[in-house]
Amino acid sequence: MIPAAFDYLRPQTLEEAVNLLVQHGETAKLLAGGHSLIPALKLRLAQPKTVIDIGRIADLSYIREEDGRIAVGAMTTHRAIEASALLEEKCPLLPEVARHVGDVQVRNRGTLGGSLVHADPAADWPAAILALNAEVVTVGPKGPRVIAAKIFFIDLFQTALRPDEILREIRVPVTAKSVAYVKTVQRASGFAIAGVAVVVKAAAKTVSVGITGVAAKAYRATAVETKLAGQPLSAENIAAAAARAANRIEPLGDIHASAEYRAHLARLNTRRALGVAASRA
Amino acid sequence: MKTSVNIRVNGTLRTHDVEPRVLLVHFLRDLCGLTGTHVGCETTLCGACTVLLNGQAVKACTILAVQADGGEVTTIEGLASNGRLHPVQEAFWECHGLQCGFCTPGMILASVELLQHNPQPSREEIAHAIDGNLCRCTGYSHIIDAVQCAAKKMAQPGEAK
Repeated sequence: MIPAAFDYLRPQTLEEAVNLLVQHGETAKLLAGGHSLIPALKLRLAQPKTVIDIGRIADLSYIREEDGRIAVGAMTTHRAIEASALLEEKCPLLPEVARHVGDVQVRNRGTLGGSLVHADPAADWPAAILALNAEVVTVGPKGPRVIAAKIFFIDLFQTALRPDEILREIRVPVTAKSVAYVKTVQRASGFAIAGVAVVVKAAAKTVSVGITGVAAKAYRATAVETKLAGQPLSAENIAAAAARAANRIEPLGDIHASAEYRAHLARLNTRRALGVAASRA
Repeated sequence: MKTSVNIRVNGTLRTHDVEPRVLLVHFLRDLCGLTGTHVGCETTLCGACTVLLNGQAVKACTILAVQADGGEVTTIEGLASNGRLHPVQEAFWECHGLQCGFCTPGMILASVELLQHNPQPSREEIAHAIDGNLCRCTGYSHIIDAVQCAAKKMAQPGEAK
């Protein structure tokens, strides 16, 4: 499998990359870690005229605490997130999810930003980003823009990112340890058939639930969150709330799992993830 | 349009003019003549093409050669030194960590990376580390034995790391 021919550009700064993106428009594709784009190039599902490699731009790979939040550079690899002591302490959902992404080799190259902008409906990260109420920061010709995770994912492989924008940073809150990610994996690909990320805020008596793999885009299970707001996280309450995890959702069906089975797994994994997160509170 | 790519492969600087679409695995096999790096699934799943890029295990079928420009690559051919196999290679041999051998180069390089940062891995940690390498012969049990055996060898004073 050989990609179609393309021109290759390697900007050294973010400004240069934005200018190239403006210049080449939608005939160009950005290359980050390449673990979504290169498979698509090889299958010729993507045949860009120009590939703009942002892998050499300095300071796009970092994990640091800023103003009470954690800022993660878009080019930070899954592996760096998995191994981050800062995240383990301050936002443990991210390392927990990172361990579920692909395999070691994929995690060594693939990036958080690349995965988010690709918006594969079965990728792991969207569930976590939604459950954490994260923000993403983009940069474009008109300057930076902050987008809330809940409006970032539009549809299958579609995000709120404009064609001339580059995702620069992901900002997540500092959380307690009461988080969990429970995933039913499609064993051959490593993608999620149903992945549920949960953040329990014990003091506020609220939970947030992000679900990936089930529908055309990852979603917040608001019906579950509403049912549990202000309630103790007893097994009965969790079970009653988790039963709503696929409410008002159109689950996808394919050879790996029917729509009904995906909805079932969404409910089951929501119950399990809530139980695990509650036990860590 | 071709681009000049410089990659230090097993300690030797290799310079070739390549089209940007050339994958690292083809740079290694077709241009450097290092055919120990195998092409298996070509879809980032099987791990037969695993090499070390700047010390990290990567799948060479999912990296463009231009992305590795300026980097250092270790392939299976680069592990033995002075006519002696690397301890991980020895252990795979002694513990029957292979049958047909097709997955073995990738399996060994993934194991080498694991042992670099976790010198005494548990069986579970080994399984997690070789999750991206498929073997259709062994059932993995002897591979995990081999990685544990290599860990013991490498813990001995004077052994190559």
